[in-house]
Amino acid sequence: MAVDVAIIKGGGANIASLRFALERLGATSMLTTDAGQIRSAPRVILPGVGAAEDAMEKLHLAELDTVIPTLQQPLLGICLGMQLLFDGSEEDDTRCLGMIAGRARLFEASDDRPVPHMGWNSVQKDNAPALLEGIDNNAYFYFVHSYAVDVTPATIGTASYGRDFSAVVAQDNFMGTQFHPERSGKNGARLLQNFLTGVS
Amino acid sequence: MGDILGLAERYRDEGADELVFYDITASPDGRSVDRSWVNRVAEILDIPFCVAGGIRSLQDAEEVLNFGADKISINSPALACPDLINELAKRFGSQCVVVGIDSRDEEGVYRVYQNTGDPDKTSQSGRETVDWVQEAEKRGAGEFVLNCMNQDGVRQGYDIRQLSLVRDNCTVPLIASGGAGTKEHFLDVFAQARVDGALAASVFHKQIIEIGELKQYLAGQNIEVRP
Repeated sequence: MAVDVAIIKGGGANIASLRFALERLGATSMLTTDAGQIRSAPRVILPGVGAAEDAMEKLHLAELDTVIPTLQQPLLGICLGMQLLFDGSEEDDTRCLGMIAGRARLFEASDDRPVPHMGWNSVQKDNAPALLEGIDNNAYFYFVHSYAVDVTPATIGTASYGRDFSAVVAQDNFMGTQFHPERSGKNGARLLQNFLTGVS
Repeated sequence: MGDILGLAERYRDEGADELVFYDITASPDGRSVDRSWVNRVAEILDIPFCVAGGIRSLQDAEEVLNFGADKISINSPALACPDLINELAKRFGSQCVVVGIDSRDEEGVYRVYQNTGDPDKTSQSGRETVDWVQEAEKRGAGEFVLNCMNQDGVRQGYDIRQLSLVRDNCTVPLIASGGAGTKEHFLDVFAQARVDGALAASVFHKQIIEIGELKQYLAGQNIEVRP
């Protein structure tokens, strides 16, 4: 069956809300670990729930750690999925997929900034990248994470929680959001719509 | 059911930041929240969705999450088996484990109640609220919803004193519940009790307060809100 989006299956529980969000936008999706299906999908989403090491291990077992970096179509990493696009993560000192230079680092908790960082946060965007088309500067998105990647040359949207970090990244066909677009109201829906139709 | 979906849609469109569904009679009735219901609400929501009601095992939690909830909130089952908090946090992460607490002021001492969804089965848990908050956080709770029973349903304002006390005794997000009647009550709880969120039911259900207007009012009072 031809679908609009292949969602890479990683064992996380919270895939339902992502699939519903795509359905609301009229996009069909399949959940898969099959390299052939992933290669032939017009678009690919790499979601991520859980720990970096565990997620990389699952990709490795499915031999997707070597497939994903070679993909040519638009790919969107969400939350941990975005962090996996980078060189590595401080979380269990995990080596990640390495398409984008940078590394996820743990937030430092303080009295007024608990970790995980959970909730709505504004995102300052760079000058009009396609993935953020139609979304206001400083629009709010919904975040749930303990690790974050510093601002890098690939960063197109920046948020702050004790320190500035990458909220949205894009480098060639590899894109990612640290927040959950599927749970970020109209702004999140617009970002997913942009990913489905506005980027190549 | 139609009413519930209609409400979920309305709150989504009015700009609610999160929707919590409480199946409050699930625990006293000895059952768990209806999965198909969770699924149908999750389908139409594009904001965080938290589900509560008789979730008393890893399997209950996994099913509710698979059906589209982002977080699960546990209350009476956590009191009956505190290890459930550790197990859920280990398996799914603290970020999706909310502990709900029904607390009553008894001559200056705050005590935790259980099975509050059914007046005939409601009972004191034998725990003091601050002790329970501290224990639950150590066990891995990622968020608290503190329902102040003295204020609940009477729309006279949140229990600022109690919420401030709990705020000082936990570091994870704290959501105020019970007592909202006017827009000023929301301002008071954010400004004075430093809570991370305010939950309300009847004033929204009965359209006494409109969420969009409330947010505009709060923004005008220098409370940070998502527009």
